[in-house]
Amino acid sequence: MKRLLTTAGLMAAIAFPAWAEGTKIGVITTLSGPAGYLGEQIRNGLQLGFDAAGAKVELIVEDDTRDPNVGLQIADRMLNEEGIKILTGIVFSNVSGAVVPETLDLGGIYVSPNAAPSPLAGAKCHPNYFVVSWQNDSLHEASGAAAKKLGYKTAVALAPNYQAGKDAIAGFTREFGGEVTEIYTGVEQSDFAGEMAQIRDKAPDVVFQFHPGGQGIAFLKQYQQAGLLGTIPMVLSEPSYDGVILKAVGPAAVGITGTTHWNDDFDNEASKAMVAAWAAAYPETPLTTYAQQAYDTGLLIGSALNKVGGDDVAALSAALKEADFASTRGSFAFGPNQHPVQDWYLTEIAADDAGNPKIVTKEKIREAVGDVYAADCKM
Amino acid sequence: MILLVEQFLNGLQYGVTLFLLAAGLTLIFGIMGVINLAHGALYMVGAFAAAWTTMQTGNFWIGLPVGLVTAALVGLAMELAVIRRLYQRDHLDQVLATFALILIFNQSVTLIFGRQPLFSQPPALLSGAVEVLPGLPYPAYRLFVIAVGLAVAVGLYLLINKTRIGMLVRAGATNRQMVRALGVDIGRLYSAVFALGALLAGLAGIMASPILAVQVGMGEEIILATFVVVVVGGVGSVKGAFVAALVLGMIDTMLRAFLPGLLQGVMPGPEAQALGVGISSMGIYLMMAIVLLIRPRGLFAAGG
Repeated sequence: MKRLLTTAGLMAAIAFPAWAEGTKIGVITTLSGPAGYLGEQIRNGLQLGFDAAGAKVELIVEDDTRDPNVGLQIADRMLNEEGIKILTGIVFSNVSGAVVPETLDLGGIYVSPNAAPSPLAGAKCHPNYFVVSWQNDSLHEASGAAAKKLGYKTAVALAPNYQAGKDAIAGFTREFGGEVTEIYTGVEQSDFAGEMAQIRDKAPDVVFQFHPGGQGIAFLKQYQQAGLLGTIPMVLSEPSYDGVILKAVGPAAVGITGTTHWNDDFDNEASKAMVAAWAAAYPETPLTTYAQQAYDTGLLIGSALNKVGGDDVAALSAALKEADFASTRGSFAFGPNQHPVQDWYLTEIAADDAGNPKIVTKEKIREAVGDVYAADCKM
Repeated sequence: MILLVEQFLNGLQYGVTLFLLAAGLTLIFGIMGVINLAHGALYMVGAFAAAWTTMQTGNFWIGLPVGLVTAALVGLAMELAVIRRLYQRDHLDQVLATFALILIFNQSVTLIFGRQPLFSQPPALLSGAVEVLPGLPYPAYRLFVIAVGLAVAVGLYLLINKTRIGMLVRAGATNRQMVRALGVDIGRLYSAVFALGALLAGLAGIMASPILAVQVGMGEEIILATFVVVVVGGVGSVKGAFVAALVLGMIDTMLRAFLPGLLQGVMPGPEAQALGVGISSMGIYLMMAIVLLIRPRGLFAAGG
């Protein structure tokens, strides 16, 4: 059956060269529900990235509703019936935990613009699985390092009870080195009053929390309303203070410390080009790291497509591995598990002229780091 | 001690929010026999209308009435256009149709407001914290939510037990056929009750809007717990909804707050956390199962 499909695919490819119309790229992402704006950022970032790379592609975008089962169905259909070879786009680790192994089993390539759960970074790494964003843990190791550098000794760490949440607390704890009280929240939870009470009770030196999307807005608002903002400092990883969250929370967010791998004040050509392209295309919407990662993903896949000129999986995989693109974050390389090796920066949320929060890059806190799981990867 | 008091207030606040939603739902279910899955959509509509108006005008006290009126009008339109045709159908049809309404509402709100969540500030008067106990500042706005919820409970009690409309509502919940046989214009009663339910759901959404992220899908997050409240309280009973909402709100909050800590006494941290979070999110459903085992019709079932 598979062979038949391959043959049919080849014939179709000969009859109608797919790349002439644009190679089909399957984008499975979360477009509905509270986290819907994350998928929107990724979809728009991808398109701009492909445009910038000058690659002719056709994005087939589908909504996974943050449900692994829905994601699996879409992936099966794209790979088996629609003849798509390259998938990307997933926001959440629970979805990618299901979709990525299936994609690889079916002979496809998956390039992650966001989620990179730990189980797929170590022993289960795969030649056709690439991560452009970061490995989940390293995202939060930067925050642990920042909290340590700022001299804090005790912390309360909060995250939703799913793979990325566990990776977040593990990553933070690894670099922080102090005493950490872990609190897991519900994946769909939006009222954190109970957690606020616990934080007040513990009175730690610093609070670290990982709540992407709408959850992050609710958390910061309630942290402020509970009178904790300004009392107990907060250190955040980039998904918990993206531009959309800051716009929603408003001036209350000023003063929070954050860590990131990219910020819109980066001084390199690729980043400037992206910021300009985004401002022209979506003037109303803040540019977040989600879109930036997707943009880099578009640049990377685009560079491979331009080299290969078709969608031969082995050739594409080899071309992707070269990471031959000018990343918006300046330096970018793949580690042995095809996850990024990159720099991390300390940022501060300052007030702009109108008093609204904006993210300002302060200093580099980690240089050219990969992730701890790379050592387990035997490819 | 301070922690306990704070969690008690949190439970109370969650409880009254559930009550505002459940009061309307239980009346609609009890009187018209309609399972309205789209009740959460009205909560979302109220929240969006209020948050948007508050953002435009910078004044929560303008957003509040706008949200209420919008929710009630949308509810009324929903009753006239769709729900009215479902009274005689079986529950499966009702579930299908109202589920479709959820999808329609979510997509419409996405089209109008986009996928970015809205954010509204509580009114300046209530934006600070009040020192409830020495060393326990509690958000003034949440105290306001509790007060509004309790006031609505008293108002509904008076409306249902002391007025003519309330008499019809009680009669309708007990024996629909008899009320109709006695010559009451049941159509108008239904519309009025549905609009009232929508108004209350809208109020819950408005109250939640400065606390939570106002976003598409916010209704579905809370509607399941609301159905549990309705079932535990007894279908059609506002009193039951009130008691069940407070009890379940309290149980849910207390389990979330204290169970992981208690479990940490007997097992390692991460597992205790995971198990505690798991069990506490099951808490209200376990409670429902127990209540249904002992009183299959709920705590305060309306007769008939």
